[in-house]
Amino acid sequence: MSPNGKIGADAVLAKGWLGAHKWLLLRRVSQLGILALFLIGPWAGIWIVKGNLAYSLTLDTLPLADPYVLLQSLLAGHVAEKLALVGVAIVIGFYALAGGRAYCAWACPVNMVTDLAASLRRRFGIKGGARFSRATRYWILAMTLVLAAASGAIAWEMLNPVSMLHRGLIFGMGTAWAVILAVFLFDLFVSPDGWCGHLCPVGAFYSLIGKTSLVRVKAAQRSACNDCMDCFVVCPEPQVIKPALKGAGKGIGPVITASNCTNCGRCIDVCSKQVFGFGLRFNNKVADNAPRGETAALGNRP
Amino acid sequence: MAVTSNNQSRRQFLLDMAKTACGVGVFGLGLGLYTRQARALPPTAIRPPGALAEADFQGACIRCGMCVRDCPYNILELARPEDDLATGTPYFVARKIPCEMCEDIPCVKACPTGALDHQLTDINKAKMGLAALVDQETCLNFLGLRCDVCYRVCPAIDKAITLERTHNVRTAKHTMFLPTVHSEYCTGCGKCEKSCVLDVAAIKVFPVQLAKGELGKHYRLGWEEKKKAGESLVAPEIEHQYNLPEGFKYEQGPGLSGEAVAPHAAPAAPSGAPRALHGDKL
Ligand code: SF4
Ligand code: SF4
Ligand code: SF4
Ligand code: SF4
Ligand code: SF4
Repeated sequence: MSPNGKIGADAVLAKGWLGAHKWLLLRRVSQLGILALFLIGPWAGIWIVKGNLAYSLTLDTLPLADPYVLLQSLLAGHVAEKLALVGVAIVIGFYALAGGRAYCAWACPVNMVTDLAASLRRRFGIKGGARFSRATRYWILAMTLVLAAASGAIAWEMLNPVSMLHRGLIFGMGTAWAVILAVFLFDLFVSPDGWCGHLCPVGAFYSLIGKTSLVRVKAAQRSACNDCMDCFVVCPEPQVIKPALKGAGKGIGPVITASNCTNCGRCIDVCSKQVFGFGLRFNNKVADNAPRGETAALGNRP
Repeated sequence: MAVTSNNQSRRQFLLDMAKTACGVGVFGLGLGLYTRQARALPPTAIRPPGALAEADFQGACIRCGMCVRDCPYNILELARPEDDLATGTPYFVARKIPCEMCEDIPCVKACPTGALDHQLTDINKAKMGLAALVDQETCLNFLGLRCDVCYRVCPAIDKAITLERTHNVRTAKHTMFLPTVHSEYCTGCGKCEKSCVLDVAAIKVFPVQLAKGELGKHYRLGWEEKKKAGESLVAPEIEHQYNLPEGFKYEQGPGLSGEAVAPHAAPAAPSGAPRALHGDKL
């Protein structure tokens, strides 16, 4: 960890405050910007975007639709109109390139809530709590799909915090705030990164879309790593870092290929040694960055 | 020893999986039951025009609110978690603000999923709900007064709602104009409920399945069947036989015996005093 114990302090020394918060700032601009686009209609009467994250129409021409909700609708026995299907195709195409869980880090409004919980957790040194498998989200995802097919209703939307928050902000919150508060408290006191990292089926679904996505974070300079562990501490999915950062000896390339990486770029920010950067999934040769060279022969990993 | 620890960790893994699966399963069951319940649309919540039947609607509506946005009269709302219907789905409350029955039906056009059926192109064919005059004790027209407001505001006046005339027995010399809804034409727009002059409306719009009765499937109406067949279905048609004691006559009207009937004998008014003094006020 950084000398004075503060995560990312080394990075601030090395790159300056802005340099050490670049991706975080860009991400907040993106999250708030998306929200603002949705809100400027109802608040100021400037209709650039109508709808919400389930489906929206931008400038009355560009349809965007949430593939997860529409899949549930399909399983419930309803085939949507053409515009929604076009919207689904655009969204899947985009996240298949940009990294599925980029949705979580760059678009989802709940991320700001859980990020806040995570940073408070770090600041006040709240440790421990319930730990359960990160695979739980896939079980929940499967459950929601089975439930849609069995009940004929998009049942998960009855309490999905993601759509509740976004819809609530745009169309009126009601008691949805209680659900969001529950998510916040759960992450803060019960389980670290509990919601986004373990439970949320929306994130699980987008991670599947992004399984083979083009844009990936890469530990290109991993030989420069000084083991400060800051990236592991800030990363909401720390398990994805290890193979790429420490796998040179095992013949694993420097690209973070695990689809649960949210492409948030925090690891890039907090690293004082400039180990990480955004890149493409190709050029994942061990040799690139393994000066020891002995593993180069193992070549590309998919 | 590696084998045992491997076995152990595999057993632990399977155990963890089973636990997670059970937990998620129970959670799903609860959510499923909850969803079932929410399917009973509360009587005040009316879906926008073209909405599919409630069970289908909950599988089709993705809660995007495009219909809400494109309604020029801002009548629609998305249900909040505390409301009694599926979270995020659109509805309106007629007594608060009724549907204006736009000719181009923008709400339907805006719906990206077809949860509002795009086949609906004539708003007069919409079936958002069905109006019913539910309280005959307070409806001014039923009291023998003339109000007619619900009748006059109806966009399908004289089709969806008519004033049926009947004799006012209380005054014995006036007519009552009873607002009567005809399900074939009522769109459920709710204008009648909205404008009923009472503190609590006597005419209300309900989801169709609540307002509409249904004959038994086996039921046939003799006169309709006769019309369809062009002749009586009982052949030969039997003339009704009257077996009344001598000197008695059917008084129920000319329909049965064919004979002219003596006017119903009014109870004799107490002699002398004018009628108005005997409680027969207007
Ligand atoms: S690996 Fe880096 S980019 Fe991916 S989730 Fe972790 S911190 Fe974010
Ligand atoms: S028909 Fe017109 S007033 Fe009625 S719900 Fe649709 S858009 Fe609104
Ligand atoms: S536009 Fe259609 S899918 Fe969207 S909220 Fe309205 S009815 Fe539901
Ligand atoms: S709801 Fe009332 S006003 Fe609307 S069509 Fe039916 S009877 Fe007429
Ligand atoms: S507006 Fe109300 S009180 Fe008047 S006739 Fe209609 S139902 Fe009766």
